[in-house]
Amino acid sequence: MTRYIIRRILQAIPLLFIISVLLFVLMINTGDPLSTMGGRRVTRPEDRERLSRQLGLDQPIYKQYLFWLIGNDWTKVDLDGDGTAETQGTRKGILRGDFGTSMVQRGKEVTDIILDRLPNTLLLMIPTEIIVIALSLAVGVYSALRQYSATDHIITGLSFIGYSMPIFFIALVSMYIFGVNFKAWGLPYLPTVGMFDPKVGKTTGQVIQHMILPIFSLTVITAAGYSRFVRSQMLEVISEDYIRTARAKGLPNRMVITGHALKNAALPLVTIVGLDVPLLLGGAVVTESIFAWPGMGRLFIDHLSRSDTPVVMGILMMISVAVILSQLITDIIYAWLDPRIRYS
Amino acid sequence: METILKIENLEVKFHTLGGVVNAVNGISYSVEAGKTLGIVGESGCGKSVSMLSVMRLIPNPPGEITGGRILFKGQNLLEVSEEKMEHIRGAEIGMVFQDPMTSLNPVLTIGRQIGEAMMVHNGFSREQAEKRTIELLNLVGIANPDQRIKEYPHQFSGGMRQRVGIAMALACEPDILIADEPTTALDVTIQAQIVELTKRLQAELGMAVIWITHDLGVIADLADRMIVMYAGYIVEEADVFDLYEKPSHPYTLSLLRSLPRVDSSRGGGERLATIPGFPPDGVTIMLGCPFAPRCNFVVDRCRLENPPLIMVNNDHKAACWVDVNTGKERSL
Amino acid sequence: MMGTAESDVIKIQEEFKTEALTPGQLMRMRFVRHKMAVFGLIMLVILILYSFGGAFIFTEAEANFTNTKLRLNPPSAENPFGTDTVGRDILIRTIYGGQISLLIGLAAVVVEVVLGVLIGAIAGYYGGWIDGLLMRFTEAMFNIPQLFLLLVMAKFFGGSVPDINLFGRQFSGSVVVIIVIIGLTSWMYLARIVRANFLSLKEREFVLAAHTTGTSNFSIIFQHILPNSIAPIIVSGTLSVANAILSEAYISFLGLGVKPPTATWGNMLEGAYNYVETAPWLWIFPGLLIVLTVLSINFVGDGLRDAVDPHALVDAG
Repeated sequence: MTRYIIRRILQAIPLLFIISVLLFVLMINTGDPLSTMGGRRVTRPEDRERLSRQLGLDQPIYKQYLFWLIGNDWTKVDLDGDGTAETQGTRKGILRGDFGTSMVQRGKEVTDIILDRLPNTLLLMIPTEIIVIALSLAVGVYSALRQYSATDHIITGLSFIGYSMPIFFIALVSMYIFGVNFKAWGLPYLPTVGMFDPKVGKTTGQVIQHMILPIFSLTVITAAGYSRFVRSQMLEVISEDYIRTARAKGLPNRMVITGHALKNAALPLVTIVGLDVPLLLGGAVVTESIFAWPGMGRLFIDHLSRSDTPVVMGILMMISVAVILSQLITDIIYAWLDPRIRYS
Repeated sequence: METILKIENLEVKFHTLGGVVNAVNGISYSVEAGKTLGIVGESGCGKSVSMLSVMRLIPNPPGEITGGRILFKGQNLLEVSEEKMEHIRGAEIGMVFQDPMTSLNPVLTIGRQIGEAMMVHNGFSREQAEKRTIELLNLVGIANPDQRIKEYPHQFSGGMRQRVGIAMALACEPDILIADEPTTALDVTIQAQIVELTKRLQAELGMAVIWITHDLGVIADLADRMIVMYAGYIVEEADVFDLYEKPSHPYTLSLLRSLPRVDSSRGGGERLATIPGFPPDGVTIMLGCPFAPRCNFVVDRCRLENPPLIMVNNDHKAACWVDVNTGKERSL
Repeated sequence: MMGTAESDVIKIQEEFKTEALTPGQLMRMRFVRHKMAVFGLIMLVILILYSFGGAFIFTEAEANFTNTKLRLNPPSAENPFGTDTVGRDILIRTIYGGQISLLIGLAAVVVEVVLGVLIGAIAGYYGGWIDGLLMRFTEAMFNIPQLFLLLVMAKFFGGSVPDINLFGRQFSGSVVVIIVIIGLTSWMYLARIVRANFLSLKEREFVLAAHTTGTSNFSIIFQHILPNSIAPIIVSGTLSVANAILSEAYISFLGLGVKPPTATWGNMLEGAYNYVETAPWLWIFPGLLIVLTVLSINFVGDGLRDAVDPHALVDAG
């Protein structure tokens, strides 16, 4: 197993290299970060020139990538534009954990900017993931055990709709119903934007209230697909010979389902959950934008629109690593849960 | 002799996309306590379906028991509640399935899979169940049972898994053991071992055995009484010696001819007989005898009228218009 | 009595050799039995009629006609779906927006299928280092969440295509950009299917036979092996149309999509969250149309998958 993990990590290196080159080339050419620096336009040509020298934007793209990757503290850079490189570089490069500094928020470390937002995103993602897994297992199993019943048809129909719904639509609808209309009808209503009401302050209660709608939206979209998957897995499992064996032993139905079928049916869900991390992160971008949730997704949109390469690259590389890691962890958990892999 | 299981006019249908399949068409027979009944027939002849009906394990839909009675110790299993049925399954009737590769749960230890029935039916504690499981594994000839109960099915060979399957079926000392082609998926040498094991266990535990197979060779020295099934009908029923000595249905005759024999009177170089054609699909309604299209003895009446099961000899029944010994049509 | 076991039906059918139906009949039966697929197909026809038929009643000029006096009017007899922030009629815009959204969905899938088939076929057919390289690249693309990649690419290509005049109509160049980038970011799954198919088929007798008769690689790839992968390509392609329409909606919703005045269902929603309370008609109608379209395509795709796959009888209720 250890050897397998090491091999997988080694395989991830070229993968991350390709990803980083691809994204870097795209990002460098997405626009002019100088145009919005510090929130104001930089218009004077000599200012632009100086700034672009300081940020290293005057360098050819391969050099920019190299400096981004391994830093430039091993060489000298030309900061004043006189043609001689006399200033020692200071960047360490992402390989040594230096993600650089933001271009639009001058001097702010990318790592700090991201770490500032990351907990907020996790605050949405982790509860969502837990609710989704529990809900889809419950709904999928229930639906499978009552295949072709009215309940099953309704659940199947609803999950199809949920699965086909863009997350912004469910978000807007839930805002409209639980925020706007509940308020209008004099019911207890939910807040729709932000993490807390500035008038009340960032209290736990406030944050939890503000979490409900984003988590609800993310859950509906994700659980719809998962419960369909669990249902079909469960249908497959309950037609297996070993389930018939379990019934032939005279086990009560509940024991057959929970003791024999559930583990087999839930096992593949581990893989799906692991593989869907990118999807969930994508959902986060939209969800955070709609609900004005100060997480990584919104950070990404904000800085992408201003062509802030260091921040955007930082987010993208962290996500790519997260995706690869989640696949690896999925494999490990799967192997740990499935005796057929564990003992071979 | 005490009759423990009596099946009367059992009818089972399957509703499929291609139409209604008549899987079992009103069969009747009985099993005596402590004896072995062999049921023989090609795949799809309804022999497994009739046994799954006894266990009430026919998937519904698409399967449906449309008629008849299944009397186990006098009570009709088709009328008892599902809850009552759970107490009969595993506890009073044990079943071993065909494919030991798929009939054991891959993610549970075999100790758990054998022990759980005892915990449910006999109220055993985990420790009691484990102790008994180890005894059972010893009984079915698995070495190091106290180690192996912690292992998973994939760590066992096919033959060993089938021993586990038998141990599982016998855990609560049932009155009847139903073995649904338990040796079909196994190597020939392993087959013999499983047959021997079953004989020994029957002698020790005294349960009745219903052994389903498509192989007349396997069952010869195991069964007391034999039933031959074709297309959902019983076509012949006899004492095991009678059946092999004086087969009275053309289908049984062809089955016996297609069997390789060491003591063959036909000599070594002779080719084994095969039965030409296919069994009917079960969907098409047939007027006459279902075996008529493949039968060498066929007479006009066969195509018009399906023969009933008639007593041809002392306790020997066959469903045929023709006396296969003389080749002459019976006068009925 | 017990839960149904469809595979038992199949087993039993095999056992009883039910051969009354031809594969074609069975396929049609499964598809029709799939009531949701039929419903999806009908819905889809209605939606296409709505988007393209509606153009005979209203002109594009009307769709793009702004009147600030009429801004944010709620639905009325005059404007059944209401008006948007600059007073354009939302009903007419959903008609013209539907055309672009559907077009983007279809065209992006064409790009996707071409890329996916080419890359998958070349990797699977030639194997070796070509396969290694292409699959590494495919895997790398897989590891970047699609929406992030889409947004980066939308920004990268943004404004690089001039507006286009087609059939006397002005189309924003961003339509082409969106089509291309959706295609560029979604071919990976298809490439893997095609590659797997090629790997398993290229050693088969009919391919070896083609080699011995001197058939060119090109012809073997496209005329001998590819036709065998058509079924999964069609199924995956159909479902991809739904995804492409969703992708367009996401990018446009986030403001990096198709530029106005060209309408799409997606860009009609841009900034709609500022009007959740005050003007829900802004987002309800285009949003519902997206949901209906995606749902219908998913139904059809699901039905197709069951129709094509002889083992997938499971959902045929």
